Amino acid sequence: MSSYRYIGKGRRAKEHPRFVTGRGRYVADIALPGMKHIALVASPHASARIASIRADAARAKPGVHYVLTGEEFCAHTDSLLIGVDAPKVTRWALARGLVRYAGEWVAAVVADSRALAEDAAELVEVDYEPLPQVVDPCEALEGRILVHPEHGSNVLYRRKFVWGPVEEAFAGADHRLSFRASWGRSATVPIETFGVVASWDAGTQILDIWASIQMPKYPDQTARALRLPGNAVRVHYDVDVGGSYGVKRGIKHTALAGYLARKLGAPMRLIEDRLENMRGGDMQGPDRAFDLQAAFDRDGTIRGLRIRAVDDVGAYAGRSPLQLGKPIGAICGPYRIPAIEYEPVSVMTNKTPQEAVRGFGQSPTNFAIERTVDRVAQYLGMDRIELRKKNLIRKDEFPYLIPSGSTYDSGDFHTVLDKALAVATYPQLLVLRDQMRKAGKLAGIGIATCLEPSGGNSAFEVLMNPKNETTTWMDSCLVRVDLSGSITGVINNSSSGQGHESLVSTVLGEVLERDPGAIRVVRADSLTALPSNSPVGSRMAIMLGGAAAGAAKRIKQALLAIAAHNFECSPDDLEYRGGDVSLQGVPSKKLSWDQLVEIAHRKFHKLPGGLEPGLQAKFVWEVPTGGGLPTADGRIQMYPCYAFEAHVVLVEIDPGTAKPSIRSYVCGHDCGVMINPDIVHGMTYGGIAHGIGAALYEKFAYTTEGQLASGTFMDYLIPSAMEVPGMTIVDHCTPSPLTEFGQKGSGEAGYLGAPAAIANAVNDALSPLRVSIEALPMSHHAIWSALKEAKSRI
Amino acid sequence: MSGTLHLIEVDVNGKRRVAQVPARLSLVDWLRDELRLTGTHVGCEHGVCGACSVMLDGEAVRACLMYAVQAHGHRVTTVEGLARPDGTMSPLQDAFCEAHGLQCGYCTPGMLIAAQALLDANPRPTEVEIREAIGGNLCRCTGYQQIVEAVRLAALRVE
Repeated sequence: MSSYRYIGKGRRAKEHPRFVTGRGRYVADIALPGMKHIALVASPHASARIASIRADAARAKPGVHYVLTGEEFCAHTDSLLIGVDAPKVTRWALARGLVRYAGEWVAAVVADSRALAEDAAELVEVDYEPLPQVVDPCEALEGRILVHPEHGSNVLYRRKFVWGPVEEAFAGADHRLSFRASWGRSATVPIETFGVVASWDAGTQILDIWASIQMPKYPDQTARALRLPGNAVRVHYDVDVGGSYGVKRGIKHTALAGYLARKLGAPMRLIEDRLENMRGGDMQGPDRAFDLQAAFDRDGTIRGLRIRAVDDVGAYAGRSPLQLGKPIGAICGPYRIPAIEYEPVSVMTNKTPQEAVRGFGQSPTNFAIERTVDRVAQYLGMDRIELRKKNLIRKDEFPYLIPSGSTYDSGDFHTVLDKALAVATYPQLLVLRDQMRKAGKLAGIGIATCLEPSGGNSAFEVLMNPKNETTTWMDSCLVRVDLSGSITGVINNSSSGQGHESLVSTVLGEVLERDPGAIRVVRADSLTALPSNSPVGSRMAIMLGGAAAGAAKRIKQALLAIAAHNFECSPDDLEYRGGDVSLQGVPSKKLSWDQLVEIAHRKFHKLPGGLEPGLQAKFVWEVPTGGGLPTADGRIQMYPCYAFEAHVVLVEIDPGTAKPSIRSYVCGHDCGVMINPDIVHGMTYGGIAHGIGAALYEKFAYTTEGQLASGTFMDYLIPSAMEVPGMTIVDHCTPSPLTEFGQKGSGEAGYLGAPAAIANAVNDALSPLRVSIEALPMSHHAIWSALKEAKSRI
Repeated sequence: MSGTLHLIEVDVNGKRRVAQVPARLSLVDWLRDELRLTGTHVGCEHGVCGACSVMLDGEAVRACLMYAVQAHGHRVTTVEGLARPDGTMSPLQDAFCEAHGLQCGYCTPGMLIAAQALLDANPRPTEVEIREAIGGNLCRCTGYQQIVEAVRLAALRVE
């Protein structure tokens, strides 16, 4: 592994200079001649019938060009796609007839400036007839009030999977326990809101799109919604995205801006303000109640789990129900649990819709599993670490097939946990915790061990929707070497901070033995791009890295073929070094990189037969484990590669104010070979910080009337540098046998275990008081209420 | 935009800028939309996230909470004004690249402004002082760790 020249080495990211000098190009920086601005009229009701919309005053305002309502928009565009089989749950950017959540857009105003558009939006008068709303997901399951009456139920998806001998495990185990845990409605909430600029060219009949996007099949879905052929939509991927972590899907915004651009013949810009982003932008996250049961023996062996997960997707759905499906690929966590029953239930309420969030539903599931493991340990009076070690899959058991059909590729979980404990100085940490307790404070240590499935394909689609047969989730790279010998990698997606230009230049440099600093990486647009499924599912180190390596190897093969032809020898007799090719053992018999490139570009008479002139290669890579359809009992290989993390955290709680503070944070992390360690570490730190938010601070809270009560950063609390502590990451490397360099994914690292670890730490701190909290976020107020409950018992 | 226009004169990154602006135009919209200094970003427009931070007479302020007319007669520094006179990166900008103190880059200009204002006032800050100085700037990518390292590195290098 250490034989790599560039992979795994410290290296400045290619993207950074433009960002630190203020030269990034985000969607809000794009200004087209004649561009108009869109502002939105939002429903103040969670559920209502739209009786009438009067927009004359708005239209009459100078500088206002158009007011669009749902009646017109829905008549001329198609409903957006939904991940599961529920064709009557239709969804457009503007409501028609009914509004189903507070903040839902009912009209769009187009004006010369955003300020004028907002002024005019205030003049649009909408008469509503309020209807009863359903806000609580349990009530929604009863179905007395229907969010989409045509669908006939509020349930979007429900299935009970049984994998392995669940009945026998529960009947035969020494002990059983059950409890409920819940994951609060939070999301990734990037600092840049979603934005889109759309421009229709009547001459070429092409709709150009610039957007703050991270979404598979986005160009296709945009074209479909607008009833345009796929080749009439050109998405420009050279837009810097100001954070996403899953949520920047924005398909409804794009359909709206695209429709208006075409209708009015002018470029349109729609940039969400913060309230639109948090309330009407459809970017809230999983909101899950778990009913958990565990069957286990007195020695700590966990024999079976029953997990019921009710997930509140809000009033509409795109891919959000599928977030219950992805965790099937790691449904037993990193443990040897042979029997699992899993009942995912996706339910609609009158709330802002849910969108993909970092980990696509895995972090809530990991939280549920890790709370279960801690509760089993507590039940048995067993040490939490010993219990984990007893159940963790052992290094010699890989590849390991789990009951739900996925095979874990590789891992060394015990070693990573031990390394994290060593760096955390666990015995001293226990002493410190106990000293803090003696000094009158509340203090607790949290442990969490969990997996990050990576290399995302979309197997949950075929599992959860029998009408869907998507079994490939490819990614691609094109590599060009120009006449001057410079290398350019062409990628097919926009990036939101993952450093894909650094990734690809490092990989190309590694394979071709050329300086990554001199390699340029550019982005195709969707009409020139090779197939890509965008940077979701923690996949780009594996998939884009693999595609780049594949393309670079083809370039190398071409160079070797040219040299072999000119030396009249076999390519096997040649040596490739730094781009130059020489005859083995005869270093003087050499063709340099420049000479080879010149032959490829100019000297057809020196090219071997069958080799294309010029020097370029593409590589389209399928997810390493391929794609297949599920078995009848719902077993399927979900993602190919599995990264592991072990969190050790010390939390202190002020007994007077109930304020939690994180005193120590160590994360052991094994994502195989790291292509760029700084980038991996950065994403892991960020993931932990995001997990701290989900565990302690962040919540889209709703009133019983369905009003969002946390639509600003003063009530939706994102952790700052004062709440996020200094952290220590402990690296370990178990290479994946499935990938080019042994890499696994890491885009969701940290976030997948931090909420679980912090929840376990807070509960360890509360354990002397014999109270516990099983709902995230464990807000300051929730902890204060628990302390009060404990006091009232005394 | 409606209403009267007001004449303002502002030193922006060392250049004298004269403009007629409506009273309700925010400083950040003026910088971005009129002067096309798009390095300063808009995150929340209610003064919490810090993405729009600029220096006003050397002090970090929120450009979304100020009107352009309030900048009249003052000196404004944006991220575009942080580089050395020859156009190369400042030690702080360079340290952010070195320590990987950013990912998506969206909060970065505001972070740089907050950190530069700190270093100008306190060239050898402690970790707590660094965290306090950037405590009003939200970042969703980095968990702040490598930002803190970058500021520390810049302080060491300037020494």
